[in-house]
Amino acid sequence: MTLAAFVDEAATVSGAAELRGAASTVAFDRVSVAYRGAVVLKPLTLEVAAGEILAMIGPSGSGKTTALRAVAGFVRPAGGRIRIGGADVTDLPPYARGLAMVVQNYALFPHMRVFDNVAFGLHARHAPKALIEERVAHALEVVGMSQYARRLPRELSGGQQQRVAIARALAVRPKVLLLDEPLSALDAQIRRSMVEEIARLHAELPDLTILYVTHDQSEALTLADRIAILRDGALSAVGRTGDLYRRPPNRFSAEFLGRANLLPVVVESAADGSGLVAVRAGEERLVVAGADEPAGAARLLCVRPQNLTLAPDAAHANRIAGVLREIHWQGELTHLVAEVGGALLRVVATRLPTIPARGERLEMFFSPADASLIAEDADV
Amino acid sequence: MSDAAASPRGVKVDLGALWVAPPLIALAVLFLYPLALIAHAAVYDATDVVNLPAAWATLGSRAFVNALFNTAEIALAATAGSLALGLTLALIIAFVPFPGATFVARLIDTFIALPTFLATLAFTFLYGSAGVLNGALVQAFHLSDAPVHFLYSAWGVILAEVTVYSPFVLRPLLAAFSQVDRGQIEAASLLGARPWRIVRQIILPAALPAAIAGGSLCLLLTVNEFGIVLFIGAKGVITLPLLIYDKAIQESDYQAACVIAMVNVALSLGLFGLYRVAARRLGA
Repeated sequence: MTLAAFVDEAATVSGAAELRGAASTVAFDRVSVAYRGAVVLKPLTLEVAAGEILAMIGPSGSGKTTALRAVAGFVRPAGGRIRIGGADVTDLPPYARGLAMVVQNYALFPHMRVFDNVAFGLHARHAPKALIEERVAHALEVVGMSQYARRLPRELSGGQQQRVAIARALAVRPKVLLLDEPLSALDAQIRRSMVEEIARLHAELPDLTILYVTHDQSEALTLADRIAILRDGALSAVGRTGDLYRRPPNRFSAEFLGRANLLPVVVESAADGSGLVAVRAGEERLVVAGADEPAGAARLLCVRPQNLTLAPDAAHANRIAGVLREIHWQGELTHLVAEVGGALLRVVATRLPTIPARGERLEMFFSPADASLIAEDADV
Repeated sequence: MSDAAASPRGVKVDLGALWVAPPLIALAVLFLYPLALIAHAAVYDATDVVNLPAAWATLGSRAFVNALFNTAEIALAATAGSLALGLTLALIIAFVPFPGATFVARLIDTFIALPTFLATLAFTFLYGSAGVLNGALVQAFHLSDAPVHFLYSAWGVILAEVTVYSPFVLRPLLAAFSQVDRGQIEAASLLGARPWRIVRQIILPAALPAAIAGGSLCLLLTVNEFGIVLFIGAKGVITLPLLIYDKAIQESDYQAACVIAMVNVALSLGLFGLYRVAARRLGA
């Protein structure tokens, strides 16, 4: 049985509106949070569309978990309103918000068997016994844990416990699923497979809105439809995952969401409507994607390491020359670090016919479409 | 330096094993020997002759049966009361954020350091015949006699013991509550559980070993409580420790006192054994 079929069937069986899931939006309307006068989340305005996965990323102390906890009702906003499905939930207690959450340490109830853990929310919502048994069985089937229903949490591995936590959250058919660093406690290999499982779950449950907090940008890039980047309690950038990665609006976004090479350039000629701008980096004249860039403006050229190549071709028309300073062979990838006019550029190559030596002159090429310009003062 | 020394015949003696001697000697002198003397006195009469019929007569006497019943009743009621009060206070202090919660916990802790009769003395001032409550009621309703007399009954003893022994439940519960993963409480809350369900299904199961430990200690202490019962002097409320005191000091019937003392010791050790079994099963 697919997860979508499980949702439809369970909803039919329940007949109770509060036990059915419904695609819900989440809206932060100038939400701020302060602890003892210290502002940890500056007024945040952000909307999450129904059925969307929005990843909130940022370094420690950026306010991403605080924002999530405000949605859950664990933190009382100092200002602003939170709406779920259009309804103002700011003053509602957590149990009345119709949400579910999966956290880093799983938070399974240690004295309850897997079945009872997953059934807990349904019992709390006074679901009929038949529905509870059906939903729990199906939820466990969806996460591949049916055969562990009689086990205690301590008898499961970390990955299995996280699957149970996800089943427990899905069983109550939440309006919005909150994921707070759900994979941080797992080792790298299990984490990768769990990211793929969450992606599969969402593909099967396209109506489920997910707010996903993580400090791991690769999880965000893999799962999220949109990403919100927070820094020092404020929203630094928000956008569709691909757009934000390819065209970061500021230096912090460029450096936090994947590695980026940032090279100071000066705009040579304004955009002419073609979507391309000519810039100068020292002696090199480059053409990159851009619009509304005034001539003479100082900018940062942003190009990802994997978009730089050592072999010229028609598609990679831009050339930058530098001196090779470091080589790091990492099996399937080779990282090269070159110095260009005082700045360091990183190249990630999958195949190198010949490996250059340190101190050699290195020519790097990139496509205009793979680079973007960032205003130097856009550092929020 | 080696713990082993060679004897003249070449047999090695493990000197480290000798460290068991000091605690065993202390235990023998301070506990086992006096206990053996009491057990001896329970079987032998004043003329040092084995007198089992007298021992049986003591166990079958109305005074003993009443004391045993009173002891069990008061100990169980006081333990239940201490568990209820200790649990309520611990839940409030641990989970209801209010300024000064730590101070309140420390204040309640200080009860452990105070002598048991102090609470009884305070109760006499509050609820005694000439206490604050009765004085206020007599004055307010122009009564000729004090209307509140519960202090001089088993209820007075129970109330005093609950007051004195609740901290013995509160302290382990607070320690257990501090170990409860807040993530579990938050997850339960978000899944739709209201506070009372969270207390019943998440918090209490996690704190059960601590509640059993605190409750068992409470039960042991209340079974053997002497000062409170003596100080209150409730009419007709004779417990085993008080009966031992009466037999030994008032009546100089040492054999009867020792027979009852052995029952009291057996009761205490039995309760302790039950506590250990329960604690082991619950992983306390």
